[in-house]
Amino acid sequence: MMRELTLDDLRTMMRSCAGVDELVDLDSDIAELTFEDLGYDSLALLEIQSRIQQTCGVKVPDDALEYMRTPGETIAWVNSLILAAA
Amino acid sequence: MSILASVPAAALSEAALSAAARAGRTGFAPVFTGIGVVAPTGASTEEHWAATRAGVSGLRPIERFDADRYPVKVAGQIRGFDVKSRVPGRLVPATDRWTQFALGAAQAALDDAGVDPAARDPLELSVVTGSSSGGNEFGQREIARLWSSGPGYVSAYQSIAWFYAATTGQIGIRHGMKGPCGVVVTEQASALDAIGQARRELRDGARTAVTGGTEAPIGPYALTCQIASGLLSTDGTYKPFDPTARGYLPGEGGAILVLEHPDRAGSHYGVLLGYAAGFDPAPGSGRPPALRRTIEAALADAGLDPGDVDVVFADGAGIPERDRAEAEALAAVFGPEGVPVTVPKTMTGRLYAGGAALDVATALLALRDAVIPPTVGVRPDPDLHLDLVRDTERRAVLRTALVVARGHDGFTSAVVVGRGTAGTDTRHMEGTR
Repeated sequence: MMRELTLDDLRTMMRSCAGVDELVDLDSDIAELTFEDLGYDSLALLEIQSRIQQTCGVKVPDDALEYMRTPGETIAWVNSLILAAA
Repeated sequence: MSILASVPAAALSEAALSAAARAGRTGFAPVFTGIGVVAPTGASTEEHWAATRAGVSGLRPIERFDADRYPVKVAGQIRGFDVKSRVPGRLVPATDRWTQFALGAAQAALDDAGVDPAARDPLELSVVTGSSSGGNEFGQREIARLWSSGPGYVSAYQSIAWFYAATTGQIGIRHGMKGPCGVVVTEQASALDAIGQARRELRDGARTAVTGGTEAPIGPYALTCQIASGLLSTDGTYKPFDPTARGYLPGEGGAILVLEHPDRAGSHYGVLLGYAAGFDPAPGSGRPPALRRTIEAALADAGLDPGDVDVVFADGAGIPERDRAEAEALAAVFGPEGVPVTVPKTMTGRLYAGGAALDVATALLALRDAVIPPTVGVRPDPDLHLDLVRDTERRAVLRTALVVARGHDGFTSAVVVGRGTAGTDTRHMEGTR
């Protein structure tokens, strides 16, 4: 069962599986900010990647991480994968 | 201020000076400038110290999980450690409870020392912690996920969170400490060996070292591992040196200390006068345990005679055979009832990698306030000839303290600390000694 990824989904995943830097407000407009600037390293992205797979029911290949530099890019990329698989 | 307080390393006595000369001591003695405690007796240094002086125990029925089906039902547990305020939000999901204790304690110790790592050359800042069981609670949770949900559900952070070096690594990354870093894994002697290693790094050129150790062993998996040793008490008591001792109780937490080059400005809690490590001979060899020669080696390293030691923070295994061996070693070095002995661990349980770190922190506070904290709940075997400070604190002129730690299977270490510049003026008490 596949479902689209939303920015709120992503916020929930970032909070629960990788934590939040005290200087960052995830509820602000974060779509175009890089994960790096938001305080998330490569291990945190691996964590978020596996949560996306569980939530959306779509396989996200490891090399996809290079297309997931910002939350906005991540949502576009994951939803294109879902569309292609549907 | 006494002469001792201003020149703590060198002014002990003529005998000490000549002993130091005999020992050919070359390296300098670093100073403890910051203390951070997270312990069953308190989630901060001064809470811990107040409870310890008052003899208030942090041992209580296990609260972290339902321990009904476990033979060990009592442990030293921390109340009031607020993870949200003491650990950066990004690090909480990436770290085990043991590392979180250390991150909180390290911040407190750096603040206490007035060290701002961001204002320093990162290459002169060192981190050396002791570790014993690693991130066992984190590991248990991820193994539960592996078997219940599948490999895709195991946290990516499992790769780093369980590992013995995780605490040193996270402290180093958080504070930008890029000098020589390491971890020492020598069971319950780990923290003293970490302090010894930190001294080496300082003598080799580091300026400031964050050292000590913590442990978080109160979870189902971790407790099961400990029970297998057969050394834990199942009657809810921990009574080192008592003829009715039946084992020890575990506890969580520990202490992180800031150890620095002695020429740094400002006051300090105390001086690391001596350190030594030994290892017991193989069982059945008939040779004596390493403790006596380790204590003597630490004294020689400090350039001190036994008479220069004012209090001993004993290991206090709570196992009659080991207690006897420790008491015999102390009597051999100091004479029967030759030095006040205390085991504040009776209020926390044994904290593994955190235990000796907490003892060093407590010893430094004892030197500062000229008071020996009590051992609680123990009626010592008179045949052991110990001058055990029990039930209530004892005022005393304290210039130096010896901390002893023994781990499973032979690890043995000893540290000697001397009173620092933050000490109480005890000149009026000198005649009472």
